[in-house]
Amino acid sequence: MPSPGKIVGAVVTAPLQYMGQLVDPLLRRWQSWTGLNGMAAFFLAPNMLIFGVFVLIPMGMNIVYSMTSGNALFLKDREFVGGTHYKTLLDCQNYFDPQSCHQDLFWIAAGNTFQFVICQVALMIVVCMITALILNSEIRARSFWRAVFFFPVLLSPVVVGLIWKWILQRDGVLNAVLLDMGLEPINWLIERGWAFFAAITVSVWAHMGFYALILLAGLQAIPKDLYEAAEMDGTRHMRVFWRITLPLLMPNLLVVLVLSLIRAVQIFDEAFVLTGGGPGTATMFLTQYIYEVGFASILKNPGLAAAASILMGGVLIVLTLLQLGLTGRKDRAR
Amino acid sequence: MSGLTALLSQTRGRDGWDWTDYFTFFWLGAGLLVMFGPAIWLVLSSLKTPAGLSEFPPTFLPYKAETIQVDGYDKPLPLYRVTTEEGVRDLAELRRVGTVAQMIDPEQPDERLRVNIADRTPIRKVGFAWENFIDPLFNSNFPTYLKNSVFVTVMATLITLLTNSMAAFALSKYQFTGRNTVMILILATLMVPLSVILVPLFSIISSVGLFDTLWGVILPTVATPTGVFMLRQYMLTIPDELLEAARMDHASEWQIYWRIVLPLTAPALAVLAIFSVVWRWNDFLWPLVVLSREEVYTLQVGLNAYAGELNVQWHFLLAMTVVTMVPVVLVFVFLQKFITTGIAGAGLK
Repeated sequence: MPSPGKIVGAVVTAPLQYMGQLVDPLLRRWQSWTGLNGMAAFFLAPNMLIFGVFVLIPMGMNIVYSMTSGNALFLKDREFVGGTHYKTLLDCQNYFDPQSCHQDLFWIAAGNTFQFVICQVALMIVVCMITALILNSEIRARSFWRAVFFFPVLLSPVVVGLIWKWILQRDGVLNAVLLDMGLEPINWLIERGWAFFAAITVSVWAHMGFYALILLAGLQAIPKDLYEAAEMDGTRHMRVFWRITLPLLMPNLLVVLVLSLIRAVQIFDEAFVLTGGGPGTATMFLTQYIYEVGFASILKNPGLAAAASILMGGVLIVLTLLQLGLTGRKDRAR
Repeated sequence: MSGLTALLSQTRGRDGWDWTDYFTFFWLGAGLLVMFGPAIWLVLSSLKTPAGLSEFPPTFLPYKAETIQVDGYDKPLPLYRVTTEEGVRDLAELRRVGTVAQMIDPEQPDERLRVNIADRTPIRKVGFAWENFIDPLFNSNFPTYLKNSVFVTVMATLITLLTNSMAAFALSKYQFTGRNTVMILILATLMVPLSVILVPLFSIISSVGLFDTLWGVILPTVATPTGVFMLRQYMLTIPDELLEAARMDHASEWQIYWRIVLPLTAPALAVLAIFSVVWRWNDFLWPLVVLSREEVYTLQVGLNAYAGELNVQWHFLLAMTVVTMVPVVLVFVFLQKFITTGIAGAGLK
């Protein structure tokens, strides 16, 4: 029987094959006219065209958008207002009290996102570390267990949100279990603190398999003879962990840290489906703020949303540069 | 199951069980429950009737009320077990007024009995409410959403594979001025996720007339920088001598790309294809912004809309969630190996 990869490959290439036969004669003419470098341009063109129109141009436009006001969609109909939106967003008497800000919702969302990032990433690192260590120990059926923890990674955020919404309902199965154990049922999605807690745990649940996998790859790359030497010296488990495992895992750990930071800052889908930002604004995060202000709410203000997204983008650029620096260093070390 | 028995028979300590064994045992067991449990609960719940879903505490398996066809009544009547002074009888309910139900004995349909509803329990057996899956196929927009999602996923993946591999080919096999600039440009966009360029991207999509269309969902997602990078890294390992030899034989550049480089890149293409399918199937934020008419909703947007209704019809919603989950679970079961090696190797998601 052919492997699944072959089947996927065959299905995918069949229509392309046909297309290729059609364009080949045209390309030969183009090649004889422009030479090899012209061919490079040809191969790059489709990707770069899509890329330019849908990624690069919007990047530049975003800055212009953030400096114009009004409800008009197209730039030519919009009024230039300079840095007003940034001033509005950053207009605060006390940065630790969202109520004192002109755009209180932005600061609530920013504060929520900050808290979320700290808690989620910390929990994520601990859970993934333990899981990776256990998956790397001498257990049987390792690939089965790896698959168990990886399973939710592939689920769509909407499905994840709905699954947990169903479980965490007031009449849901989790409260039934609590009652069964003689505990008080909890209004998971209705009380502010618990809803926030739910958003954190659900997103850790959904993504931990991905990061655990990166850590596991790092653990498996640590030379075995180091552990054998430590065992011969009779070193204790904990000491082996602190002195051998952790230092050698550090590059992977840093990558996981930065990647999960980048992802956590953008949290939207699963939290939005799970809580809708509620109760009140307890789980309203930055991306939801941008979405609501830019598209959904009655107070639609695309310029303000663009300014907020640029502020968020600034944070992400710093984090990504950090990651690229880290992975670059790792690649060179190899 | 093989995992469980293997788990039960392992120890680390030379003599008996070490604390790490207990902890490993606990962690893996809890992991199995916490990771698979919610999805299994979703599937079980999706097969329950609306009455079964509103029960608290919920039953583990889906049950269906037993009904009976009684002479003289068009519809089948629900059966109840009634405790009366004379003993326990199985009666069918005609109607209910307040706390009193009018019931009849299926054996003697002429005699009507008045029973307090506290004295009776419905008779039921394990049964699957397949109608949760079948009904939405005929009287809801669900088939449209499904069709739209399949279209978006297939088209986006095909275009991604073609454009990304062409770009990767150019970036790995040609020496041209500006190559580094192009690489840096692509690299730079890794920093700019969709949520940051939502507003201008929306205006571009609208100005080229793609607002509220499936192509408006597809096009901005296909030029994935990760895809270009992964394929380029792979193509760099293909020796240039192969290409030179083909050029000697008067092969066109397209033929070199199509007949030599692409087949050799097949493993990387397969990984990218799997990733792209999962990514595009799961996309939510961008379709949510671009699509406003129900006819063009994708599954994810449709599910979110159903979940946001005032009276959530959980029995349909859960069934549709299961259907949305199916393709991804299939990918997980059959192609998981490709994905895990892809992540461990390139750190992409």
